[in-house]
Amino acid sequence: METFEADYSKYDFKNSTDYDVTFEKGLSEDVVKRISKLKGEPDWMLEFRLNAFKFFMKRPVPQWGGDLSKIDFNDLTYYLKPIKDRAKAWDELPKEIKDTYDKLGIPEAEKKFLSGVEVMYESESVYSSVKKELEDLGVIFCDTDTALKKYPELVKKYIGRVISQNDNKFAALNSAVWSGGSFIYVPKGVKVPMPLQAYFRINAESMGQFERTLIIADEGADVTYIEGCSSPIYSKNSLHAAVVEIIAHKNSHVKYITIQNWSSDVYNLVTKRAFAYQNAYVEWIDANTGALLTEKYPSVYMLEPGAKANILSVALANRNQHQDTGAKAIHLAPDTSSTIRSKSICLNGGRTSYRGLVKVGKGATGVKTSTKCDALILDKESRTDTYPYMEISEEDATVSHEASVGKIGDEQLLYLESRGIPEQEAINMIVLGFMGEFIKELPLEFAVEFNRLITLNMEGAVG
Amino acid sequence: MVDELLVKDLDVSVNGIRILDGVSLDINTGEVHVLMGPNGSGKSTLSNTIIGNPKYKVERGKILFNGKDLLKMKPDERVKEGIFMSFQEPVEIPGVSIFNLMRTAYLKSGGSTSELSAFRSRVSSLMSQLGFQESFMNRSVNEGFSGGEKKRFEVLQMMVLKPRMAILDEVDSGLDIDTLKIIGSMVKEASKSMGMLIITHYDRILEYVKPDFVHIMKDGRIVSTGGMEIVSEIKEKGYNYYK
Repeated sequence: METFEADYSKYDFKNSTDYDVTFEKGLSEDVVKRISKLKGEPDWMLEFRLNAFKFFMKRPVPQWGGDLSKIDFNDLTYYLKPIKDRAKAWDELPKEIKDTYDKLGIPEAEKKFLSGVEVMYESESVYSSVKKELEDLGVIFCDTDTALKKYPELVKKYIGRVISQNDNKFAALNSAVWSGGSFIYVPKGVKVPMPLQAYFRINAESMGQFERTLIIADEGADVTYIEGCSSPIYSKNSLHAAVVEIIAHKNSHVKYITIQNWSSDVYNLVTKRAFAYQNAYVEWIDANTGALLTEKYPSVYMLEPGAKANILSVALANRNQHQDTGAKAIHLAPDTSSTIRSKSICLNGGRTSYRGLVKVGKGATGVKTSTKCDALILDKESRTDTYPYMEISEEDATVSHEASVGKIGDEQLLYLESRGIPEQEAINMIVLGFMGEFIKELPLEFAVEFNRLITLNMEGAVG
Repeated sequence: MVDELLVKDLDVSVNGIRILDGVSLDINTGEVHVLMGPNGSGKSTLSNTIIGNPKYKVERGKILFNGKDLLKMKPDERVKEGIFMSFQEPVEIPGVSIFNLMRTAYLKSGGSTSELSAFRSRVSSLMSQLGFQESFMNRSVNEGFSGGEKKRFEVLQMMVLKPRMAILDEVDSGLDIDTLKIIGSMVKEASKSMGMLIITHYDRILEYVKPDFVHIMKDGRIVSTGGMEIVSEIKEKGYNYYK
């Protein structure tokens, strides 16, 4: 039995109330009910959770990907750690993680935010002006719990529409016990002038284990959302099962950028999917490193003519890490098009797997889709695989698939060394060059951090 | 100051096969040495060994630069001493831009960050002399370059890095006459302030750069050394004449 105290005031801007909560390890219908009750949720959400719980119990642990056999569902806690407990948690953080923060040059306040020690990121002044601007545009941007309280009809209309409670075991788990995550609604024709970043959502749980993100772009809307960080995210719990749903209505554009770097004992099992309606354009830029095992395949279902998808999946697997990542492009309407690019690096015995699905349904004529997977393998101990699946039901589809596996060539190293660049830096340059296509997609501050993250990973990885 | 590259009694093997057999050379600042010889005679093995390509194993002999033992140094350390080698077949490095390479090389050679903009202008000016557009700086190293672009880029790097001893491995092969002219005159200009070893198949570049010494390499040995007269001798008699 674990006993702790939680502060739920973060879910409610008006009333600040402390709760005393007792939560045991393990999951039961009772736990699900108590979570919902604590949050003061409407009945339909409780039903949503309970249904999901049934699906979760029924579904077996998937066998097709990485090794999930060591997850002990009875040894996990299914509800948020309380804030007050976090205040002292900084001292308990593993030294390795603190050192990495220092090496990355992360400011003190941000370190605490990232490590989950502090919920509030000290950018309130920046945020308040952003907040005003968004309000004027009618854009809703808050955590999903707050959205459920303030905009229940919107949440009810869309939650589970893209990823049902019964989609897969981990989506079911998320649906049963979800907390936090981002909620974004962009009204018709509104183009959000700046990328929305998760850390703007002060007073919110942004990196919970079972976060639920829901992004709705109404007709003609345009929004870019960025979350995550290159610093390792420390988690006391070893399972992260998030769900991200995107609804891109007619003529809208949604771009979702994330970098995740979980600490090395975490199973990161995330379901991310978008519905793209007529002429909508959805982009996933998804980078994964850290974690014991990541299974994540951002998907776009192109449901109406002219919808487009662009998915860039990036993985870096160092010692004891398995990144099983990829993408799915599901063409269910004519004249839809998709581009999938995957870049992966493995070293020190790490393993990367590309797993992708390209589907062209019956009646989806005039489809164009291309997939390009590049893997870079830095030593003999490491491993990379590709599992591309294709189901093409229309003959006129233009389908291309390219895959390459490269090593850092001795000749490339010698070339850079012969220009006076030491071996380690030469390796970094080649690896960053390999990732260049991805780094270009990132906002500057993310690009800088990602560069440093790669460089850190390359330390001691000499040819 | 006069710099001296001294190669003495050098035996080199690759994958257990002996390629160089007792090669000796002595190159000083302001001297242009030309090394000629048939394909597979060991010319590129010599240049690769001087820069420190780990594939080439030195079995015997010495390579000294101003008395310092280059064989004990890694390639980048040799570069810091002032050695430069142009590659016969420069490798592509996707995603690494020309300017990133130049900038890193400049900073590694002791250049200061505060003078980066001056450095950049110098690179720009050299680029335009070599017939490159400004946008060339953003291209990936050697990726999709034509033969001529590759050679001009090698020469550009030599001009930018300002070495004290340059080894140019077939920097003139596969060039059209205009490119040859540009490269020839640049190499000539550079040769005044450094020692130079030009490895070539042809005498075409020698119309621009007059060598002080011409060496003929055959089967891993230097079989003849002399002046320009040797070049005409080769033209007349072919490499088979040399034993």
